[in-house]
Amino acid sequence: MAGKAWRSAILNLLRKLGLSINGKDKIKPQEVSRVVGAFRNETPQSRAFTRGMQTVTLIPGDGIGPEISAAVMKIFEAAKAPIQWEERNVTAIKGPGGKWMIPPDAKESMDKNKIGLKGPLKTPIAAGHPSMNLLLRKTFDLYANVRPCVSIEGYKTPYTDVNLVTIRENTEGEYSGIEHVIVDGVVQSIKLITEQASQRIAEYAFEYARNNQRASVTAVHKANIMRMSDGLFLRKCREAAEKHRDVKFTEMYLDTVCLNMVQDPTQFDVLVMPNLYGDILSDLCAGLIGGLGVTPSGNIGANGVAIFESVHGTAPDIAGKDMANPTALLLSAVMMLRHMGLHGHAKKIEAACFDTIRDEKVRTKDLGGNSKCSEFTDAICQRVRDMD
Amino acid sequence: MAAHSAVLSASKIINPFWGGRLGNTVKVFGTTLTSHRNKTLLTPPPAKYGGRHTVTLIPGDGIGPELLNHVREVFRFSCVPVDFEVVHVNSALETEDDINNAITAIRRNGVALKGNIETKHTMAPSVKSRNNLLRTSLDLYANVMHCQSLPGVQTRHKNIDIMIIRENTEGEYSSLEHESVSGVVESLKIITRNNSLRIADYAFRLAREKGRRRVTAVHKANIMKLGDGLFLQCCREVASGYPDITFDSMIVDNTTMQLVSKPQQFDVMVMPNLYGNVVSNVCAGLVGGPGLVPGANYGRDYAVFETATRNTGKSIADRNIANPTAMLLAGCMMLDHLKLYDHASSIRNAVLTTMNENRLQTADIGGQGTTSEVVQSVMRIIQSKGQLTADL
Repeated sequence: MAGKAWRSAILNLLRKLGLSINGKDKIKPQEVSRVVGAFRNETPQSRAFTRGMQTVTLIPGDGIGPEISAAVMKIFEAAKAPIQWEERNVTAIKGPGGKWMIPPDAKESMDKNKIGLKGPLKTPIAAGHPSMNLLLRKTFDLYANVRPCVSIEGYKTPYTDVNLVTIRENTEGEYSGIEHVIVDGVVQSIKLITEQASQRIAEYAFEYARNNQRASVTAVHKANIMRMSDGLFLRKCREAAEKHRDVKFTEMYLDTVCLNMVQDPTQFDVLVMPNLYGDILSDLCAGLIGGLGVTPSGNIGANGVAIFESVHGTAPDIAGKDMANPTALLLSAVMMLRHMGLHGHAKKIEAACFDTIRDEKVRTKDLGGNSKCSEFTDAICQRVRDMD
Repeated sequence: MAAHSAVLSASKIINPFWGGRLGNTVKVFGTTLTSHRNKTLLTPPPAKYGGRHTVTLIPGDGIGPELLNHVREVFRFSCVPVDFEVVHVNSALETEDDINNAITAIRRNGVALKGNIETKHTMAPSVKSRNNLLRTSLDLYANVMHCQSLPGVQTRHKNIDIMIIRENTEGEYSSLEHESVSGVVESLKIITRNNSLRIADYAFRLAREKGRRRVTAVHKANIMKLGDGLFLQCCREVASGYPDITFDSMIVDNTTMQLVSKPQQFDVMVMPNLYGNVVSNVCAGLVGGPGLVPGANYGRDYAVFETATRNTGKSIADRNIANPTAMLLAGCMMLDHLKLYDHASSIRNAVLTTMNENRLQTADIGGQGTTSEVVQSVMRIIQSKGQLTADL
């Protein structure tokens, strides 16, 4: 136990000095277990050199982004969480080679802090550069998108007792972006599945299950039709399952999962899948618990980087009017706390948030109430302070 | 065959819009083709000898054989003038002879009723999905599914009435895969203009025929700009020819989210193959499960009827607990296609009465009945209506 903490401290030191153990930046199983999930033995000191306070890069985003980020910062302050925020902007700029990239100070901050919290980013239509989310994903190699979907008591949907996690491969698959026009009127889109990426995501899924006390992992696929590609993905999942025998492994066709999900979502635990199915299923599950306004999300990258974000849009029509709902960003921040090992604070803030929603006295418009964002935030802050 | 249908669909679209702009040959050729097309729609269904139709029956695997036996039982009992030509397809074999025999039989008869054929994905990748082979060989380009909330079934959402039209031959199911470098597999998704126009046209015609107000195209064109972009463009082109029907589009992940929160907003939906798979399964789940919804695959010359969600149901096979509703309703859809409307409505009414009024339901929708009990009840109701029946 102590050895692990020491080794991770040494790895951390080497990383900060720009070195790595074997010169290659490939994820090793030991490193995976270091960075993912919540370790009871993990101490804050092994993560950042500054004792006590941890610095997190905050990207407020556009639209309602700044106001919900301010709300989250206020709540964290009330909860006395040991987090220091470093605000950065990620609007794309043209780098020296003519390639679009994120501003160097943002990149530097993320590389240093390893943990980030991001608000909604505007999708540029005619700005000439790709979407910011895509840029971030490529810059930090964010290969896993994790979305825990838990029913919120107090926000009624037709589905109760939902408690599942979707883990989606985020770099390849159907979203590789490789398309050609073969002849006029025939378009070909390429779905890419690689052994390395499938292995990485499968390993991550099992590690996550283990670290968060989840009983089973289900691989979602369509290997009856896409024999080679989903077949490869499935093989890698099976191999990872062999290495983690304490977690149950099942495989299910995509259509069966969809069918059963809308009839009885309680039968699912952790779901792991390639990019497209993950996109559809994670939004389906978000719909089950109440939509994107209340769903947290985290992106795990190589080299220990993790960016937690709210997945809803920028809502330009209510921006600046104090009407936004900060729940999604707040729950993502809670997920971030758990990732960092600060379970006590995470529990406190989450409980305060759920209690406030259940109470029904101060709810924002999208949850069916009439209150302002600031009132909602203050109510949560009050509850958090009362808990101490 | 492909070129023929390509020119057919191209000329059919071109002629109404730009009549004659593309030269005399196309106009003449096009008119001949379109009149030939209309002629096909007006000719009586094929394989009818002595007043009796012959339909290919493919039992498939899992619950297929037992449910199709029940369909045959009900048809025999109601004196439906349909004879079934049974063709077995063994999914464990690697050769494609079985499925080719089935395809030949369907070409001969024109209509088929089938159970799902299992695809063992532990076999080599060269052994393709038999169901997919059948669909592509017969060019059954439209998969139609009508999801309706049934009064007798308890579901979380009420008043659902969605028609789903799914492109059935291309898209992600093209089965074109290769391993270019060891450890890197590429799977090709093909979208063609002709097929997209064809399916969009089918969707709008069906919407007009059934008196529907709105068609929604489901896509992911923000990511797959060329592929789904082409599909969306074709839908828009066809939509302009149907000004009485509203057309809008929705991205697939938003669609699934809307389906689980407010499914009543959807009317008719048209989409490429894979999204169709997801959306049709979600809708089937919303109205009560895979045992309730029938599906149909239509091509220009052939029609194959089956359950909408194409489940093999291996875990409930031969236990007398499967829900026969979907297969019986698929049989009714087939009878409608053969223009045996009276028989179709009598069987359909009997099935729906059993479910909604008598509340005799199988376990998948929360009841206690067995498959045979439900089938017996259906037959009793048909008999009670006074039509000619065999002995119970």
